[in-house]
Amino acid sequence: MSGNWIEVCAADEIDEEDVIRFDHGGRTFAVYRSPDDEYFATDGLCTHEHIHLVDGLVMDDIIECPKHNGRFNYKTGQAKGAPVCVNLKTYPVKVEAGSVFIALG
Amino acid sequence: MGSIVIVGAGECGARAAFALREMGYDGKITLIGAEPHLPYERPPLSKDGLSGQLPPKYVADAERYRVAGIEVLTDTPVSAIDRTDKSVTLTDGTSIAYDRLLLATGARARTIAGTDDASRRIRTLRTHADAEEIRRELAPGRKLAIIGGGFIGLELAATARRLGAAVILIEGLTRILSRGVPEDIAAVVAARHRAEGVDLRCSAKIERIDADENCARVVLADGETVDADLVVIGIGAIPNTELAAAAGLAIDNGIAVDATLQTSDSDIYAAGDCCSFPLCHYGDRRVRLEAWRNAQDQGTLVAGNLLGAGEAIASVPWFWSDQYDLTLQIAGLAEGASTTVRRDLSDSAFILFHLDDTGRLLSASGIGPGNAVARDIRLAEMLIAAGKRPDPQALILPETKLKALLAA
Ligand SMILES: Cc1cc2nc3c(=O)[nH]c(=O)nc-3n(C[C@H](O)[C@H](O)[C@H](O)COP(=O)(O)OP(=O)(O)OC[C@H]3O[C@@H](n4cnc5c(N)ncnc54)[C@H](O)[C@@H]3O)c2cc1C
Ligand code: FES
Repeated sequence: MSGNWIEVCAADEIDEEDVIRFDHGGRTFAVYRSPDDEYFATDGLCTHEHIHLVDGLVMDDIIECPKHNGRFNYKTGQAKGAPVCVNLKTYPVKVEAGSVFIALG
Repeated sequence: MGSIVIVGAGECGARAAFALREMGYDGKITLIGAEPHLPYERPPLSKDGLSGQLPPKYVADAERYRVAGIEVLTDTPVSAIDRTDKSVTLTDGTSIAYDRLLLATGARARTIAGTDDASRRIRTLRTHADAEEIRRELAPGRKLAIIGGGFIGLELAATARRLGAAVILIEGLTRILSRGVPEDIAAVVAARHRAEGVDLRCSAKIERIDADENCARVVLADGETVDADLVVIGIGAIPNTELAAAAGLAIDNGIAVDATLQTSDSDIYAAGDCCSFPLCHYGDRRVRLEAWRNAQDQGTLVAGNLLGAGEAIASVPWFWSDQYDLTLQIAGLAEGASTTVRRDLSDSAFILFHLDDTGRLLSASGIGPGNAVARDIRLAEMLIAAGKRPDPQALILPETKLKALLAA
């Protein structure tokens, strides 16, 4: 599962309760910092119309898509109801020496 | 157990059907629609859906209805409601009994009297079938005339330009988007359409529209004529209230419902584009919305109320439109605002906040490329719902985090 760890950014480059975009190997991801200071990562594009989630709103453990407000739990990837019905893929994240890493399988 | 019948298999009816199951209802659900398709999303019909991506974008595939145990009858108009017998009648005479009935009959495109034409060169855009026919005419060398500078006409204009058709858009009022969109934002939209080559005419009155197999001709009041391969009329929508009216339900610019979406018959509810309801946060003013998220929100809420929850609708109206790479989003209603302030997010993205004379935030409307305004509009919606009176000067500064104002 852990595959290879890829460095995303410095841990303080993501605000609390916020999200950034991370592109790697032709794929795009969304990396989150929760209100209680944990880090998470999901696929970057909404499963409804493939809009990037980086412009969305993070509230508690929910990322809301900027396009039509589809909601996902970014910790589990679970789609929280219409218009989104397909879950987001999630990726393991770790913070080491002040940097955020994600594991791409 | 029991039986819930939903008339109208659109966004709202489909959402309600699934929500009933999510809430644990295990009785019979029959979702009845007049169109030949399973419920699909209308917004793409004037946007990307028109330039590609056929068949329609379904709300859910057949398998999901099957798994949820929702019986969907397509191509099946309901012709009458018998409130004494508590049943609906289909056009073939079959009747289906209900314990509770939901009317989610939506709206249809308004048209101009005298333009029913056999040549099919004068059309409206509401259904997938409409979109398919319109799409055939959109190609380089073809000319499209759009009547009405509302959202659907403007989105269609943008899509038609992308497909290479020539476009003239004729608006009767002095500017486009006069209903519900601030002038500054409408001006950005108008400038963009002109830059993309749309021949945009405001204050142009239409005398009549003629059509034959080869061509359509719009005759303007000043005598000018505009020839086109296709004319699309986009002058708003009319709620489908006939069924409810014939059954004696109260109608008031839509099927009249209370805050729980109950009609004047306590076993019958109505939701989505077809109903008018008292709008929370705005003095319970009676409104009818034609908006995709409203159809979803009301569909979800009404499901609970069909099961006896008795919950009042409290969402803030929210709407978006996509034209070219621009997205416009509006939360709330600006009517009654006394102060407007502008927040510039970049050279090409800004938000207008409208406040009333007590300082309460009523509405926010923004425009910009991609999703530039989305997060702030969403937060503005939450500020409105919370009845906040944010400092206008703070709203102006892009560095002010609206999330912080929400907590304040
Ligand atoms: C081209 C287009 C673009 C749009 N773009 C946007 C957008 O960008 N943003 C936005 O917020 N909103 C947009 N909308 C509005 C949005 O699509 C509507 O608000 C939404 O579809 C309303 O859903 P509804 O289920 O209430 O009604 P509808 O979608 O109208 O569905 C009602 C259904 O009921 C059926 N019906 C009616 N009477 C009967 C009967 N007697 N028996 C059986 N069936 C019946 C109709 O055939 C229809 O299929 C757009 C609409 C259109 C047409
Ligand atoms: S694209 Fe994300 S909800 Fe539609």
